[in-house]
Amino acid sequence: MTAKKELLKVEGLKQYFPIKGGFFGRTVNHVKAVDDISFTVYEGETVSIVGESGCGKSTTGRAILRLDEPTEGVVSFEGKDLTELSRKEMRAMRKDLQIIFQDPYASINPRQIVSAVIEEAMDIQNAVPKKDRRKRIEDLLQTVGLQKFQADRYPHEFSGGQRQRIGIARALSVDPKLIICDEAVSALDVSIQAQVLNLLEELQEEFGLTYLFISHDLGVVRHISDRIIVMYLGKIVEIGDKHSLFDNPKHPYTKALLSAIPVPDPDHKKDRITLRGDVPSPINPPEGCRFHTRCPFATDKCKTDVPELRTVDIMKDGHQAACHYIEEIESGEHKAKDYSAEAIVGKGQEV
Amino acid sequence: MSENTVNHPVTAKKVNPRIENYKMIWKRLKKNKAALVGGYLIVFFIVVAIFGPMFLSKSPNETDIANKLAGPSAEFWFGTDNFGRDIFVRIIHGMSITLYVGFTSVVIGLVVGVPLGIISGYYGGRIDNLIMRVMDVLLAFPGILLALAIVSVLGGSLQNVIIAVGIFSIPAFARIVRGSTLSVKKLEYIDAVRALGATDFRIIFRHILPNVMSPIIVQATLRIATAVLTAAGLSFLGLGAQPPMPEWGAMLSEGRAYIYDAWHVAFFPGMMIVFVVLAFNIFGDGIRDALDPKMKQ
Repeated sequence: MTAKKELLKVEGLKQYFPIKGGFFGRTVNHVKAVDDISFTVYEGETVSIVGESGCGKSTTGRAILRLDEPTEGVVSFEGKDLTELSRKEMRAMRKDLQIIFQDPYASINPRQIVSAVIEEAMDIQNAVPKKDRRKRIEDLLQTVGLQKFQADRYPHEFSGGQRQRIGIARALSVDPKLIICDEAVSALDVSIQAQVLNLLEELQEEFGLTYLFISHDLGVVRHISDRIIVMYLGKIVEIGDKHSLFDNPKHPYTKALLSAIPVPDPDHKKDRITLRGDVPSPINPPEGCRFHTRCPFATDKCKTDVPELRTVDIMKDGHQAACHYIEEIESGEHKAKDYSAEAIVGKGQEV
Repeated sequence: MSENTVNHPVTAKKVNPRIENYKMIWKRLKKNKAALVGGYLIVFFIVVAIFGPMFLSKSPNETDIANKLAGPSAEFWFGTDNFGRDIFVRIIHGMSITLYVGFTSVVIGLVVGVPLGIISGYYGGRIDNLIMRVMDVLLAFPGILLALAIVSVLGGSLQNVIIAVGIFSIPAFARIVRGSTLSVKKLEYIDAVRALGATDFRIIFRHILPNVMSPIIVQATLRIATAVLTAAGLSFLGLGAQPPMPEWGAMLSEGRAYIYDAWHVAFFPGMMIVFVVLAFNIFGDGIRDALDPKMKQ
């Protein structure tokens, strides 16, 4: 592959939300929503973050944009550390980083007409000279597949998919380099999802955009991503390009996650890995490997040692997984435990 | 049938949701007869306050010792007081004082309370704690007692009554606005404009304030009633409007001494206070129900 330019580099990002309690409202504990994650996004690619609810994927997106101030860590965008910027510098910087939200009904102010929504974006960043704005708004609407005459309508006159297009037009209006799509298609029905995903791909080609795509939908992720990050309970468990990850998952959690994708073939013999128990609480996450309470391969080592992301010979193109037993599981030397004999694990870790 | 309902882009009528919303509110308000009566009364009081004195030939302080403490008659509609002053004339002149006190003190409460509430709700944390604890202290005093304390510090005059009543309206506004701000600021479109780099100033004034207006309007209407009552109470205690002024609370206080001999001296100012307070209260309740139909049980 040619040398890729790093656009976004996240290092040691932590996002802890304090839990206040007691008479004086002291911080009694933290929800460790994102706990020390690092990854890089290269220019022009689509990186997806997947994981189940509460694993910290949306929090990661919000922390990168400083919609919630990250607790710790470095977020470098084109070499500049965003967490170091003053509020004013950050506001100017926001031109390059945009976000598309999950809920198209909540993400647009219902009191503003479409052109006002987009114009406000341009006004804030002073992106387009005043006299050219109208033209640009109309162009943008056409770019995202809406009509010119719809510029003067109110959000309630549009369908969910159309509103999501308005949200995309708003994000595009300031010419961003990186767009974080926070479950951008999850609220739409399947046929509209496909349309919006195709639109996102077209826009990527046209404007050279980079996407950080946050989703729980593996089908969507498989369609749009170049690389995929799998998160579990605030940590990255596996990271790799789409093909290595889907064809050759190495972390037991990823394997379980991928085995949950339905196959549209009634004769397909399913080899489904069913996880037992619930995701432990992020307030008191398990020691060692966070997945050990539900992992069929867990040993005593997993209970104490935190596995680092690492790569082994059989993994290519920067594919990394955070498991102590990648090789052993692969060679079949380390067998999964039989759950039927054991009570559900994982309960003991909760608060 | 169905062909007619298709929204053709060219003929589609533009609907401004804000105007549409106002229409809905008005529709619901019209159904509430009590609130309408309150509203008409308020309009009537305002008209009387502005134009009433022009139609009166007598001055409110004109004395007529020969007719002192005269009962209601064709000449003196509401009778006269112990100096022979025409109570009807005094009440008409007092109308503007009462409404002026009510509106200005609420405006003071609004101007201070709303920004405090928004800042508290929007920024949270320590500022929120500080502001809300101060508001709690103000709320801990019974309203009239707090106003009494403020007036006794500032000295008794109508102006100080307005300031006192204004100060004791602040916490009510601050609390309500804080609550609404907390719920509005969590909406995704606030995050969207924040992600675009909007300043806090823009977010607060363009996006939060318009969305917390309804509770403010309701509270302001209801607060006018409280303000009128408190101001009258302070004047009754001799801390507000000073004697020759035709302030209703002061008139009530003066009439109290003659209540066994001339009931009308105390009765008419008292009745007017009741009417004004009642009008604002039922109108405020009506607006609340109209703005938020879900609140009604």
